[in-house]
Amino acid sequence: MAFFIEVLVGGLLAGVMYSLIALGFVLIFKASGVFNFAQGAMVLAAATTYAGLVDMGWSGWLAFLAALAVMIVFALLTERLVLRPLVNQPQISLFMATIGLTFVLEGASQAVWGSVVRGLDLGIPDTPLEVSGVLISKFDLVASGTAGALVVLLASFFQWTRTGRALRAVADDHQAALSVGIPLERIWALVWAAAGAVALVTGLLWGSRLGVQFALTQVALKALPVIILGGFTSIAGAIVGGLMVGASEKVAEVYLGPIIGGGIENWFPYVLALLFLLVRPDGLFGEKRIERV
Amino acid sequence: MRTTKRWWWSGAVSALVLVWAAPARAEGEQFMPVPSYRVGPYAAGGTSLYGGFIDYMNLINMRDGGINGVKLTWEECETEYKPDRGVECYERLKAKGPTGASMFHPYSTGISYALISKVGHDKIPLVTIAHGRTDAADGRYFPYVFPLITHYWSLNTDIIRYIGEREGGMAKLKGKKIVHLHHGSAYGKEPNVVFQKQAEKYGYEAKIIEVPAPGSEQQAQWLEIRQFKPDWVIVTGWGVMNPAALKNAVRVGFPMDHIVGNFWTGSEEDVEPVGTAAKGYISAALNPPGKESKVIQEIERVVYGAGKGNMVDKKRVGSIYYNRGVLTGIVSVEAIRVAQGKFGKKPLTGEQIRWGLENLNLDPARIAAIGATGFIQPLKVTCADHEGGGAVKFQQWDGTKWKIISDWVQADKELVRPLIEESAAKYAKENNITQRDCAKEST
Amino acid sequence: MIYREAGQFRTTYAADQRIFPILQDRVGMVLLLAAAFVVVPLTASEYALSALLIPMLVLALAALGLNILTGYAGQFSLGTAAFMSVGAFAAYNLQLRLPWIPLLVIFVLAGLIAAGVGMVFGLPSLRIKGFYLAVATLAAQFFVDWLFTKVGWFSNYSSSGVITAQPMAIAGVPIETPVRRYLLVLSIVALMALVVKNFSRTRTGRSWMAVRDMDVAAEVIGIPILRTKLLAFGFSSFYCGVAGALWAFAYLGTVEPQAFDLQRSFQILFMVIIGGLGTVMGAFLGAAFITLFPLFLNWLFHAVLRGGEVRAGLLSQLELLCFGALIIVFLIVEPHGFARLWQITKEKLRLWPFPH
Repeated sequence: MAFFIEVLVGGLLAGVMYSLIALGFVLIFKASGVFNFAQGAMVLAAATTYAGLVDMGWSGWLAFLAALAVMIVFALLTERLVLRPLVNQPQISLFMATIGLTFVLEGASQAVWGSVVRGLDLGIPDTPLEVSGVLISKFDLVASGTAGALVVLLASFFQWTRTGRALRAVADDHQAALSVGIPLERIWALVWAAAGAVALVTGLLWGSRLGVQFALTQVALKALPVIILGGFTSIAGAIVGGLMVGASEKVAEVYLGPIIGGGIENWFPYVLALLFLLVRPDGLFGEKRIERV
Repeated sequence: MRTTKRWWWSGAVSALVLVWAAPARAEGEQFMPVPSYRVGPYAAGGTSLYGGFIDYMNLINMRDGGINGVKLTWEECETEYKPDRGVECYERLKAKGPTGASMFHPYSTGISYALISKVGHDKIPLVTIAHGRTDAADGRYFPYVFPLITHYWSLNTDIIRYIGEREGGMAKLKGKKIVHLHHGSAYGKEPNVVFQKQAEKYGYEAKIIEVPAPGSEQQAQWLEIRQFKPDWVIVTGWGVMNPAALKNAVRVGFPMDHIVGNFWTGSEEDVEPVGTAAKGYISAALNPPGKESKVIQEIERVVYGAGKGNMVDKKRVGSIYYNRGVLTGIVSVEAIRVAQGKFGKKPLTGEQIRWGLENLNLDPARIAAIGATGFIQPLKVTCADHEGGGAVKFQQWDGTKWKIISDWVQADKELVRPLIEESAAKYAKENNITQRDCAKEST
Repeated sequence: MIYREAGQFRTTYAADQRIFPILQDRVGMVLLLAAAFVVVPLTASEYALSALLIPMLVLALAALGLNILTGYAGQFSLGTAAFMSVGAFAAYNLQLRLPWIPLLVIFVLAGLIAAGVGMVFGLPSLRIKGFYLAVATLAAQFFVDWLFTKVGWFSNYSSSGVITAQPMAIAGVPIETPVRRYLLVLSIVALMALVVKNFSRTRTGRSWMAVRDMDVAAEVIGIPILRTKLLAFGFSSFYCGVAGALWAFAYLGTVEPQAFDLQRSFQILFMVIIGGLGTVMGAFLGAAFITLFPLFLNWLFHAVLRGGEVRAGLLSQLELLCFGALIIVFLIVEPHGFARLWQITKEKLRLWPFPH
C-alpha cells in the first residue's frame, strides 16, 4: 500500500510538471485559437538563454529578468511578424506556422548558445524526504508549489484585472471583442508574453532536472494528452488533466507495465484521454461547441 | 511579393542544377566523408565527436603532410542523426574525391543499419565503432561492415565482468540482482540477449526495464527498481535519458557507485546536469577522458596552436566524446596507412581500404608511436573478426570530472562469438548472402 | 497563346467529365510522364535518383494519403507516420512468412493492413473534431511505435528491432539498381495518384467533401457520416501504408519504428499544407519542396559558404532556422500553397502574351 501511495504521489507531482507546459498551450489557445506547437521550443529557448547567461557569470536573478525580456521580445515579434499577417487564415495554417516557429527557435537558440548540455542548479536539492515510509522529492514539492502559485496568479489576473477581462472577452468572441474596442493585437502580444513567462518557469524546473539541452523541446509532447483531456481552453483543465495524466501513467507503468511489457507511458495517457473524449468530446473543462447547420 | 517568388524559382532551379552536375576535386587526396550531427537532440555529442575526428585529420595533414604524403580532405553533411538524412548524405558523399569515400562513420544506429546493404554494393567500408549492428562483427557475412574496437554485446560482458570483479569474483554473482535499464529503441534493446545469457551462466537474477524514448520520464522505472532492490543497475542510455536516470536514482536514494552506464551513458554531458549528486557513478569508457595522452596534446599544439581547431567551445577538447572522435580518426588513418603498404602511397578506393581495415594490427609499439598509449587498446582485426578489441576501461565521476578506475577489462568472447555467428548466419539466410571463405582471402 | 482552351468544345458528357478536359493539359501530362519515365532514368545521376527522387516520390505518396484525409475529408491527423510504419512492418512480415506472394501483391496487402489499423484509430473521429482529433491520433503514433519495439514477433525476434528489408524482385527480375527502384516507385505512385484524382469525383469523394465543409449539414442531407469518415481514414491509411512499405524497401532498406517518428508526420503535413490542401498536384509539389529544400540549404551553407572559417555547427543551426522562417514566409505569402500558385500561373498563361 505504501508503495502504491508512493507511485501515486510521485505521479501527481510529475503531473504538475506536465500541467506547467500545458498551461502555456492553453493560454495561447484560449486567447487566439492558435494551437501553439512552439511552446516546447519556447521552453528550450528560455532555459538556454537563462543557463547561457548564468554560464557567462550573470547572477541568477539578472539572468532570469534577461530571459524574461527575451521571451517578451519574442512574443512581440511573433505577434507582429507571424500572427498578424496570418489573421483569418484557417487554424491549420496557424498550427503549421507555429511548427515553423519551432524550427526557428530551435535553430536560433542553438546558434546563439551552442549545443552543449548545461547543468542548471536552482539550489533546490532533489533528495528524497521520507513521510511515513513514502519517499517524496523536495524538488517536486517546490515545483508543485511554483506551479500552484503560477496558476493562482494567472487565474486572478484573468478574473480581476481590466486586461484580464479583455482577454476573456477576446477568447469568447474575437469580433465582438474588436467591436467593443478591445485592441486584439495588444492582447495577443500580452498572451504570448505570458506564455513565454510560463515557458521560462517550466524551462527552469525541467532544465534543472534534465539539464538544459535540446530534449527540452520534446517535453511538450507530454503536455498534449493533458490538454485534450482537460480541454484546450481551460486553465483548470490543464491542472486537473496534468494530475490525472501524471498519476495514471505512473500507476499504469508500475502495475500494468509488467503484464503487457513495460514502456507504456508514452501511449497510455493518450488512450486514457481518448476514453474521456468519447464521453466529453471537448475535454473535461473545454468549451462546448454548438453546431448549427 | 513578386520578387519573393522570383527568389523561390531561382533557388529551385539552382538546386536542380547542382544535383545533376557532377562534383570535381583535386587529385592526390584521400576523401573522408563526415556525416555529422550538430543540430537536434544529440548535437552535444555529435559536435564533439566529429570535432575530434576532424581535428585529428587536421593534425595528420598539418604535422605529417597527410598519410605518407597523401593529404586528407573531407566534407561535412548534416544528418541530424536521422536515417533518411544519413542515407542522403551517404549518397551525396560516396563518390566525391578522386577515389570516392574512404569509409563512412555514421555514429547513429538507424543510419548504420540503413547503410549495411548499400555499402556492400558500393564497396565502401562502413565503420561503426562501438555502435550499429552487432553481428556484423562476423566479417564472413558482412565484408564491408566494421563494428571496430567493441560492440554492445562485448560491452555487456565487460560490464558484468567488472561487476563480478567488484563483488570479489564471478562466483559471487550468484543470487545477486542486476537490473538492465535501457532506452526504448533498437540500440537500447540490443544487449538484452547477452545480459540474459550471462544470467544463466553466472546465476544472477536479471530484470530488464525499458524507458520509453526519449527517456526524460523515469519515475515509474526507478520506483520499480526501488521495489526490486537490485545490487547493481546497468544503464544503456542515450541523450537526455542519462541525466534523467541519475536524477531519478538520487530521488529514490539508489547508491551512485552501484550504477554502471555503458560508454554512451558516460560522457560529461550526461553527468554535468546532475553535478555533484552524481558523484560515484561508474560508466564504461571506450577511451579515457582528459588531455594526458600525447596525441591530444599534439592536437592542441599543432592544430589549435595554428587556430585551425574545429571545436568552438575549447573546454570540450579532451572530453569523452571529443576523445572518441580522435580515436575514430586514429583507427581510420591507421587503416589507410596499412592499405597504403599494400596498394601504394596514393589515394585509395574503398575496396582497398577495406583490406587495410581487415589487416589492421595496432600493437602496443604502434600505439606508442602514435602517442596514444592507454588511450586506445591493442587492436587486431581479421577477415572473420571485424571487432578486434572488445575491451573497455571503467571510469567514475568524482563530482567534477571523470576518473579512470580500472585497466582494460576484456570481453567474454567465448560467450559472445557463437551468438554473433548464429545471428549473422540467420541474417545471411534471410537475405541470401553466401559466406566468404576467409582462408582463401589473400593477406 | 499556347495554353488556350478556346475552340475546344465538349460535345458529350463523357468529354466534359474527363480528368483533363483541356487538350494542353493532356499533352503536358503525357510529356511529364514521358520525362519521368524515360528522360530521368537515362540522365539523372545515381545520387539524384536514390537520394532525392525516390524519397520525394514516396513521401509524395504519403502526402497524397494524408491529403485524402485532411484535404478532401477535412479530418486532421498526426498519425501518418504510424500508418506508414504499419505498412512497412506488414510488408516485411508478409515477405518473410509468405515468400511466395508476389511483391506487388505484398505492397497491396500491406496497404490494406494499414487501412484496417487506420480505421480503428479513425473511430474517435465520429465524436472528436479538430485539434482534439489531431492530438488523439497521436495515440496511434506512440502505440504503434511501442508495439513494434516491444513485440518481438514483428521484427522476427531480431536482437535490436531494426531489420533489413528483403531484396525486392518482380517476376524474377531483381530490383536493385537505383534506376529500377526509381521506376518501381514511380509506377506505383503515378498509378495511385491517378486513382486519387479519379476518386475525388466519385460519390464517395463528393461525400468526403461534403463532410469536410460541414459534417452536420452532410448528415442532414443523408450522407452516412460513420461510413464516410471511416472510409476516408481507410483510404488514407492505405496510401500511407504503401508509402511506408516503399520507404522501407525502396529507400532506406531497413524497417524500424524510429524511421517513422512524429517528425515524419509533421513533415508530411507540411507537404500537404504547403502543396495545397485537396489537390493531387499539391502533394507532389509540397513533397518536392519539403524534401529538397533542407538539402538545398545544407548544400548552400556547406559547399558555398564552405565551413572552416565559420563555426561548423552554426551553419547547421542556421539551416534549421532558415527552413522554419521560410515555411512561415510561405504560409503568409501563399496560404493556399503551391497548387494555388500553379492555378495563378495557368490563368496568366491563358492570356499570355496579350494580357489585355
